[in-house]
Amino acid sequence: MTEVLKVSNLVKRFGGLTATDNLSLDLRQGEIHAVIGPNGAGKTTMIGQLIGELRPDAGTIHFMGQDITAMPVHQRSASGIARSFQITSIFQNFTALDNVALAVQAHDGHSFRFWAAARKDKSLREPALQALEQVGLAHRADITASALSHGEHRQLEIAMALATKPKLLLLDEPMAGMGPEDSARMVRMLQGIKGSVTILLIEHDMDAVFALADRITVLVYGHAIATGLPDEIRRNAQVRQAYLGDEAAAE
Amino acid sequence: MSSASHSSAAPTADSTRLSFIVGLVLLGFLGLIPILSVAFEDPFLLTLFTRIVIMAIAAVSLNLILGYGGMVSFGHAAYIGVGGYTVGILAFHGVHAAWIQWPLAVLISGIVAALIGLLSLRTKGIFFIMITLALSQLVYYLGNGAFAYGGDDGLNIMKRSDFGGLLNLDNRPTFYYLCWVILLATVFFVHRTVNSRFGMVLQGAKSNDRRMATIGFPVHRYQLTAFVLAGMICGLAGVLTATFTGFISPAMMHWSRSGDLIVMVVLGGMGSLFGPVFGTVAFLLLEEVLSSWTEYWKIVFGPLLVLVVLFARGGIDGAMVRGQAGTLLAGCAAFFLLYGIHTAYEDEWLIPTLILVAACALVWVAKWAVDRKKAASHD
Ligand SMILES: Nc1ncnc2c1ncn2[C@@H]1O[C@H](COP(=O)(O)OP(=O)(O)O)[C@@H](O)[C@H]1O
Ligand SMILES: [Mg+2]
Repeated sequence: MTEVLKVSNLVKRFGGLTATDNLSLDLRQGEIHAVIGPNGAGKTTMIGQLIGELRPDAGTIHFMGQDITAMPVHQRSASGIARSFQITSIFQNFTALDNVALAVQAHDGHSFRFWAAARKDKSLREPALQALEQVGLAHRADITASALSHGEHRQLEIAMALATKPKLLLLDEPMAGMGPEDSARMVRMLQGIKGSVTILLIEHDMDAVFALADRITVLVYGHAIATGLPDEIRRNAQVRQAYLGDEAAAE
Repeated sequence: MSSASHSSAAPTADSTRLSFIVGLVLLGFLGLIPILSVAFEDPFLLTLFTRIVIMAIAAVSLNLILGYGGMVSFGHAAYIGVGGYTVGILAFHGVHAAWIQWPLAVLISGIVAALIGLLSLRTKGIFFIMITLALSQLVYYLGNGAFAYGGDDGLNIMKRSDFGGLLNLDNRPTFYYLCWVILLATVFFVHRTVNSRFGMVLQGAKSNDRRMATIGFPVHRYQLTAFVLAGMICGLAGVLTATFTGFISPAMMHWSRSGDLIVMVVLGGMGSLFGPVFGTVAFLLLEEVLSSWTEYWKIVFGPLLVLVVLFARGGIDGAMVRGQAGTLLAGCAAFFLLYGIHTAYEDEWLIPTLILVAACALVWVAKWAVDRKKAASHD
């Protein structure tokens, strides 16, 4: 199997705190790889390093065989890595369609084009509308983003990521703050795109994780304590104690 | 600042069209000024509106980066100075050909904007404001120290730019129409630009520059490009200013002039196509009326601006887009009231100021009462 992403011995320190502690991880073509772990385990910090917003203190990141450890954010995006933000991060004054079209535009050559109207550009609007359809938001295409619901914002986030036709999609808690209905829709949506793009999924909703993931990595204190098939992770005693056990005890 | 430029509800197509139509009508009306000036035998009308049209060009250029790009440049008047000084210095050395003077002025304005932009665009928020202010003050002091060109006294331009047989800039209506055509061209250029792919990036970066980088845009170079374009257009406004007054001095790039430009854009409506034109017309007409009462006219103007921010978020254009006919009518009525008081009390300024302040206070209390009642009925 080809590796889309290979993380080797990644380390990130914030002062005295080691947020990413000698982390190694690999993602195979087309899989949904879930990363779970308690709050503060370093999941968002890991994503930050994968996307290029944070510089690791040690270790390497390879994407499609290429070392991207020092590559700037916009170039990683251009080469096929997309992310959705844990905190919704969209362009509030633009319509849903404008938001996605902007993401398409980002991957369609340079934007030093000053004359033709971008909102009439079919090569931007059509792929954008397609991405909105993929996430089930096409009927809201012309609504200003600030007027969309929380669940719709999360869908829009993913449509923007998908619109760039990424090879790797990094999803940071896409179901956070969603009601059960929206969550179920998101799970169905992700099942729909499964296989067409490699996905790194960070999620607290265990039902969603076990429904979607091909493999799961458990992160504790910035270190991967286990990686395996969902059933293996479910049975792993160390994991149960460190993480799943806490959940079970809380319920 | 960005939140003030946009209403929470999406504007309807019809109301947006209203502000568009009013904008076009205003531009058309500006084209009639030389005729009106002759008809009313009032040469001052042409003088006043030449200034208005030139400043509108500068305000429209600032709106490109401030309104659409979210870059609060507090040094935009520097380019008026750079454009003006280029023409003035060339004329001083006997170079009068417009085809040398004007392109060179625009080019140098662009270079200065690129330098200021390179240094300031790495920062954000208040730091960006302070750095653009500081750098433009540097340009101001350069002009102040240029003793060969009059230092802080400035320099007279003896001969206007020479367009060969094509245009005679000594003819005032001809010069006015040249300014007017440049304003139309500038508005049209900004219209195309902000709706182009480039404009989408610019507006996206205003709204969320971190996200722009993650979806793959090298945001900084787009912002810098817009910054330079705005500087070049404003430099052209500086050329026109110098040609119009036949005089250059550091005063034309004083920081307070940069502040005035920001006020014009905010008053008219940031991030709207015609907003800065509305804002410049309103600002300079008000200045005309108020400054004839007292040199401290800004003390009166300040509260007026506060009222605009309170009542018409998004400025004059915002009121139009939201269909706040009442607010606009009140604004026009206030202006004519002002104008009436102004003519009635030729030399006296204390009484009209008091009347104005009282009127503002009254409106403010009324709004407060209405809002309170509304809030109460919601409970
Ligand atoms: N920029 C930062 N500076 C200092 N500490 C940080 C920073 N970002 C995250 N941390 C710390 O790193 C740890 C991991 O955080 P994070 O990656 O957000 O965890 P998770 O996403 O798994 O909840 C936390 O203890 C957090 O407080
Ligand atoms: Mg997190």
